[in-house]
Amino acid sequence: MNADFRAGARDVLPVLLGVVPFAMVVGIAAIDAGLTPLQAIGMSAFVYAGSSQLAAIELLGESAPIAVAVFTAIIINLRMVMYSASIAPHFDDYRRRTRAFLAYFLTDQAYALSLTAYEADAVEDERWYYLGVATPISIVWMVCTALGVVLGSGIPDSWGLSFAVPLVFLAILVPVMKDRPRTVAAIVSGAIAVVLVSAPFNLGLPTGALVGIAAGLLTEAVRNR
Amino acid sequence: MTDHGPIAIWVAIVLIGVATYLIRLSFIHLFGRIDDVPPAVERALRFVPPAVLAGLVAPALISVGPTLEATLLDDRLLAGLVAGAVAWRTEDMFATIGVGMATLWLLRFVVP
Repeated sequence: MNADFRAGARDVLPVLLGVVPFAMVVGIAAIDAGLTPLQAIGMSAFVYAGSSQLAAIELLGESAPIAVAVFTAIIINLRMVMYSASIAPHFDDYRRRTRAFLAYFLTDQAYALSLTAYEADAVEDERWYYLGVATPISIVWMVCTALGVVLGSGIPDSWGLSFAVPLVFLAILVPVMKDRPRTVAAIVSGAIAVVLVSAPFNLGLPTGALVGIAAGLLTEAVRNR
Repeated sequence: MTDHGPIAIWVAIVLIGVATYLIRLSFIHLFGRIDDVPPAVERALRFVPPAVLAGLVAPALISVGPTLEATLLDDRLLAGLVAGAVAWRTEDMFATIGVGMATLWLLRFVVP
């Protein structure tokens, strides 16, 4: 097997430990929300972006309008525009079809690991390193979603397993609150989401997110003045 | 449990999947470079993760009760605060979920 592929697969091993519980929670949450096993696993294959899947699952479970679930998932995944732009120069020697294939696997983890390796000049063939990272992630993602689907239906409600969903988000959120502007964005968005919790169409989340982003930008502008 | 029928759910899954793929493909397709994203857009995008995640977490942990005491002593809020402290110290998803769930169960099943 290609040396760059092997290097990527080796580097991704510790990251997989975090993918396992995340994928299982997605599977469990989907069943909890009333999705069928096929829908739960199909979502992991089509969308393949955990945070947005969890948010959509939660909103679908509350019978929010389809448009709200889709819109919220898109907002969550907008950050990948940054990944796409930042990794693009490393892929631009490849054919269009290859690039279209590589794009499917672009996740937080695959992006972070690949860019780090590219910038350290540790990679000869960028495509193979990226696939070495991304293939194990996608396999573990699908298998562990399915595992969550199987386990989820057998666990009693009183265990509050769906509580693992906000815990997953919390585990991602806390390290993201690196500086004051981002912390302000989080606090404003969270506060609005709590106040608007019974707003129609579950609009509390997108409203809070948009105002939170504005508050973060404002804090940054004030600080840089 | 959802009131949506199977077709509505599949429509949501496919729409989210297509939109997400197009987001991923955007600049990879355009041979873009990082400075192709207008700086103002890039600045705003950096706030997407904290804002969206907090909007998801806060209502799941905080439910405003009839009194301040009822609001603050909610088992999900307390378990969430403990889990948040673990996330802060370890930045480890396993530890955060494990300690958070254990705290919730302790408060639910052990503490009277």
